[in-house]
Amino acid sequence: MPGKLKVKIVAGRHLPVMDRASDLTDAFVEVKFGNTTFKTDVYLKSLNPQWNSEWFKFEVDDEDLQDEPLQITVLDHDTYSANDAIGKVYIDIDPLLYSEAATVISGWFPIYDTIHGIRGEINVVVKVDLFNDLNRFRQSSCGVKFFCTTSIPKCYRAVIIHGFVEELVVNEDPEYQWIDRIRTPRASNEARQRLISLMSGELQRKIGLKVLEMRGNAVVGYLQCFDLEGESGLVVRAIGTACTLDKLSSPAAFLPACNSPSKEMKESPLVHPPSHGCRSTHNSPIHTATGSRLTQNFSVSVPTLIYTGMGSGSAGKEGGPFKALLRQQTQSALEQREFPFFTLTAFPPGFLVHVGGVVSARSVKLLDRIHNPDEPETRDAWWAEIRQEIKSHAKALGCHAVVGYSESTSICEEVCILSASGTAAVLNPRFLQDGTVEGCLEQRLEENLPAGCGFCHIPYDELNMPFPAHLTYCYNCRKQKVPDVLFTTIDLPMDAAVIGKGCLIQARLCRLKKKAQAEANATAISNLLPFMEYEVHTQLMNKLKLKGMNALFGLRIQISVGENMLMGLASATGVYLAALPTPGGIQIAGKTPNDGSYEQHISHMQKKINDTIAKNKELYEINPPEISEEIIGSPIPEPRQRSRLLRSQSESSDEVTELDLSHGKKDAFVLEIDDTDAMEDVHSLLTDVPPPSGFYSCNTEIMPGINNWTSEIQMFTSVRVIRLSSLNLTNQALNKNFNDLCENLLKSLYFKLRSMIPCCLCHVNFTVSLPEDELIQVTVTAVAITFDKNQALQTTKTHAEKSLQRASTDNEELLQFPLELCSDALPSHPFPPAKEHLESASSNSGIPAAQRDRCSSWIELIKLKAQTIRRGSIKTTVTVEKASPVGEGNFRNRSSPPCANSTVGVVKMTPLSFIPGAKITKYLGIINMFFIRETTSLREEGGVSGFLHAFIAEVFAMVRAHVAALGGNAVVSYIMKQCVFMENPNKNQAQCLINVSGDAVVFVRESELEVVSTQQPAANCQPSCTGGEVTT
Amino acid sequence: MTSELDIFVGNTTLIDEDVYRLWLDGYSGLWGTVCGCRFGGAVVLDGRAGRARMSDAVALRVRSGILEQTGATAAVLQSDTMDHYRTFQMLERLLHAPPKLLHQLIFQIPPSRQALLIERYYAFDEAFVREVLGKKLSKGTKKDLDDISTKTGITLKSCRRQFDNFKRVFKVVEEMRGSLVDNIQQHFLLSDRLARDYAAIVFFANNRFETGKKKLQYLSFGDFAFCAELMIQNWTLGAVDPQADDMDMDLDKEFLQDLKELKVLVADKDLLDLHKSLVCTALRGKLGVFSEMEANFKNLSRGLVNVAAKLTHNKDVRDLFVDLVEKFVEPCRSDHWPLNDVRLFLNQYSASVHSLDGFRHQALWDRYMGTLRGCLLRLCHD
Repeated sequence: MPGKLKVKIVAGRHLPVMDRASDLTDAFVEVKFGNTTFKTDVYLKSLNPQWNSEWFKFEVDDEDLQDEPLQITVLDHDTYSANDAIGKVYIDIDPLLYSEAATVISGWFPIYDTIHGIRGEINVVVKVDLFNDLNRFRQSSCGVKFFCTTSIPKCYRAVIIHGFVEELVVNEDPEYQWIDRIRTPRASNEARQRLISLMSGELQRKIGLKVLEMRGNAVVGYLQCFDLEGESGLVVRAIGTACTLDKLSSPAAFLPACNSPSKEMKESPLVHPPSHGCRSTHNSPIHTATGSRLTQNFSVSVPTLIYTGMGSGSAGKEGGPFKALLRQQTQSALEQREFPFFTLTAFPPGFLVHVGGVVSARSVKLLDRIHNPDEPETRDAWWAEIRQEIKSHAKALGCHAVVGYSESTSICEEVCILSASGTAAVLNPRFLQDGTVEGCLEQRLEENLPAGCGFCHIPYDELNMPFPAHLTYCYNCRKQKVPDVLFTTIDLPMDAAVIGKGCLIQARLCRLKKKAQAEANATAISNLLPFMEYEVHTQLMNKLKLKGMNALFGLRIQISVGENMLMGLASATGVYLAALPTPGGIQIAGKTPNDGSYEQHISHMQKKINDTIAKNKELYEINPPEISEEIIGSPIPEPRQRSRLLRSQSESSDEVTELDLSHGKKDAFVLEIDDTDAMEDVHSLLTDVPPPSGFYSCNTEIMPGINNWTSEIQMFTSVRVIRLSSLNLTNQALNKNFNDLCENLLKSLYFKLRSMIPCCLCHVNFTVSLPEDELIQVTVTAVAITFDKNQALQTTKTHAEKSLQRASTDNEELLQFPLELCSDALPSHPFPPAKEHLESASSNSGIPAAQRDRCSSWIELIKLKAQTIRRGSIKTTVTVEKASPVGEGNFRNRSSPPCANSTVGVVKMTPLSFIPGAKITKYLGIINMFFIRETTSLREEGGVSGFLHAFIAEVFAMVRAHVAALGGNAVVSYIMKQCVFMENPNKNQAQCLINVSGDAVVFVRESELEVVSTQQPAANCQPSCTGGEVTT
Repeated sequence: MTSELDIFVGNTTLIDEDVYRLWLDGYSGLWGTVCGCRFGGAVVLDGRAGRARMSDAVALRVRSGILEQTGATAAVLQSDTMDHYRTFQMLERLLHAPPKLLHQLIFQIPPSRQALLIERYYAFDEAFVREVLGKKLSKGTKKDLDDISTKTGITLKSCRRQFDNFKRVFKVVEEMRGSLVDNIQQHFLLSDRLARDYAAIVFFANNRFETGKKKLQYLSFGDFAFCAELMIQNWTLGAVDPQADDMDMDLDKEFLQDLKELKVLVADKDLLDLHKSLVCTALRGKLGVFSEMEANFKNLSRGLVNVAAKLTHNKDVRDLFVDLVEKFVEPCRSDHWPLNDVRLFLNQYSASVHSLDGFRHQALWDRYMGTLRGCLLRLCHD
């Protein structure tokens, strides 16, 4: 289906001087799309040319529209010699291809040159006219929306979550083609940028086709990565979660004046997409190899057999049979898929039933040249193998799905480590099928799933556990069994009961490895991997205990390979889940108990550790309620460490070895100090300094226990490279260097952001790489968000007026917030069945405020709460999630007014899926940009630091410019996926490749919204009504 | 373990005012670089800061007690300082043309911070500006900056920045029409106060008024700026024709030529006597230094009129302030005239001319004396 792309070149400004004689430039512009090129007139002698060109029109196929970027080149006209290029702008026109996103791209774009960086700006207007009517257009792959956000985007509702989509395309890397020897670095860089742009367009289109075949209309949690395999080629791969999304028709009260609500209604997506294949089956060039792996449309057969394996061992008293049934349903729904994986990390309410634990798989591969780019079967097979493994791990944990799933690679020369990880989980099948969410909600009324702790309950059979584990009855509901520690890769579920605040926990590890070639190298690496995993895991566990916490969320373990070492970096956010038992302490035991001074030393260490635990408990406000033993019915279990990580390594061969991290029969919480290594370990535990007061940090979306965000945000990227002294490199020295590097980096961040106190570093994302022999590179991207300390103190007292929280800090709140939700959220609910409405209302009135005070015992409170949640949370959990970060802004508008009169519009960037104190009203499309910067005058540009500093600032600027041109004012779910830096100081050269992505959005400040909403008496003016609006 | 690369880039560019000041003041941000100023590279530190080798800027920050306040280490401070320094270096190119800073896309900086960056960048040191005021803003002068740096204790880097700022503003507004202050404000986005100061600097540089003589050392930049403003308002081309080129930069040549006509006031003995008697009659009993005034009247009057008559020569224009001090300020000072008496005298001296029937250049006299009276009052202090 063809379309007409129209481009107008308006003007340029701040152009560089290209003619030394006149100190001016004779600029003109080439506009290229596909194989068609247009030129503007030459605007003589000006650094601020006004071309005001006609509309350049390209008549193109929509396949090209999706694949090709619009390429704008600014040149300096030279009568006698070749024209000099000033720079280029690549514009991805994908956002113009679905009607809900941007309608026009118009604005100032930085003119970028891979050698000189940004050189002036150009004003461009781009439009797309589609010949067909909208309806038919939507049936093509173009209509599929893409989101980087790993949760259901804020102004949408998930009708169905279909599941995993993946695709990869390969090509030769232009940098390694023979022609590279004779062309300029600029030409080579531009060829690479263009190729990657093309490949990601193609990839996105192919994924889109898969989504259409699954009858979805969107991809959420879209993650696209590049593997620069060097000689053997360039791989662009992507994973995501196919969904059918429904745009929420918001009440007019919540829309900014400029946004016509009727228009949004009109644009709401199809709930029932037409039968697939209208376009995709005919002219889509899907390879048969990949095509055959397409997940089919599944249908759920209602189970007729009871899952017998569960009956006897089931821990649940009432929930047992149901659990079995649920599992059966889920199983049948999921088993028809090849990979029941979800890249989401936060879920619609009721979606996540149980969490089993982290599953991960790694595989070491030797890269070979990709012979036929059109048949990327090898790479496909590699990933398929890993995914298979993940799937089987999940099964071993009694789970049928994997959530928070992600994939990554680390490449050094010809060795490549492929990694995949996720969280094994049991899901509610109703979201996965063609049914309305309403129906699902009704059914859930009868289910006995306690919220707030349900996800902690073990999904596997107690008597047939996949690994030795210590189970206790849930400290929250007392009905189901829970593990003593829980590791996950997802965000903290919004209804999780949490005590105190969370904190960032990192495990860092280096291992030396002999330099080797090919197979020998791969073998050496795969031999080391299990030990690294084991140690990383032990470190995490010890640090978690040291913090007095019992669960990890957002766990991300990165293993990077270098010439002569392996690095492991695990980051996660530790929290204290109310449902899980109190973690035990760490005990130190010496090997030689008869030595007096030694024992003294040991006891000294022990004391230090105990002090640290006590201090941390105070710092993170962890004071779980005391529970007497009779109530529990079973003695408080002695805490024992147990692994929930199940993983394996495999070499190129298919042998799979499973590694059990549960320390066998040894009580692992006892640290034996038998050699200096162990001593080091204990010391390193104690060297991690807590952030200065007023600072918190986490690597999840939001900080458990903080809910009153103010609107100031600062996203940043920090990069450090250290050179190790090549002398006497030992594992200990390496570990210490690496540890210091990370700790110093964090300290620097705290210092730099001190003016924002009190604040929290959210979504702290560390990546480590080994660019050269003795170099370690650490890249951190995070966002600092301010919060109101006073408000935080009030929360415990005045929750009646308080907004909703994702993870409540105290029990009273847990009781309170669902009630609020029922009353506030439901009126604005679009489709509340009358029965439910009544029930919710009664549950609301059933527990008057006065009664809360009379609930003398903790247990009573819990019971009450469980009941309330069971009824109330059904409708409201979405509300909780949506409103939690955003809702706070409602009554905290004292934030500084937005900078007025700025000539350049402010564009916020954040790795989170929301903007504090604001509401996202529109998603404009995905931003996915790849840049190369090279210099042959490194010293003149301020050395490596100056070079990279300028480049990253330029990348931010280009992202902001594209967002602004789409009409947006923020990028959410921003991520710097790659930052590959190479230097050659001797030649005075350096090169850097950066790949960033995110979702361009329009947001409106809560304060602005409020003005509108107060004028609308129909709209409930409670803070939570903001959330109600987005309720499904 | 050595740090190869260490950067921090925020979506909103972080600006630390204290570090910005250090950067503007020309303190080095690099490790161990001694920059030949008051704070050498080796600064003794407290135990916490550890190493003695640190850059001047970091050493100064350590002295401010920031480590104690924040619990940071010297290494953190060094890294932070370098980040800021790099940012400022990248911003410097834009600060050379401030409107560019407003329209650029690379650094997202709130408008209030942009204003601060510009204002501070164009701010100058009193000690420095006194050294170069009235000098030609040429390469020659730039070579003397070494000496100025040594003399004033201002780092060479900072001297260069200030000098280049003067020169840049000069070059941009040199050939422009319209008000000098307005042009500066429009092209450099400075505050009104700073724009006026720059107008004075540009005016002095263009007319090359001598300000460096020992006699003139007691005068501050403020004194000269005050005089410059009066002269721009009354003695330039722009004062008569708002559309003239270079209107505020150059003195009105015709006016200077005409000033010769004033000579009659001292050349014609009758006129001079009449003038004296008019002034003395009016001031009798009102001046504390009446007798001194009476005795000196002819000398003073001759001095003031001769200054006017000589202004046709460029050389004498340059020496205007020297002449004024020599011919008027110093005689008054040696007789210990109080400022109020000077004011009374100058008022009466100017006004009495209107009663001289034989004198036909009243308007010319007012244009000359109006400005000169203001200037002289400002110049009369210790």
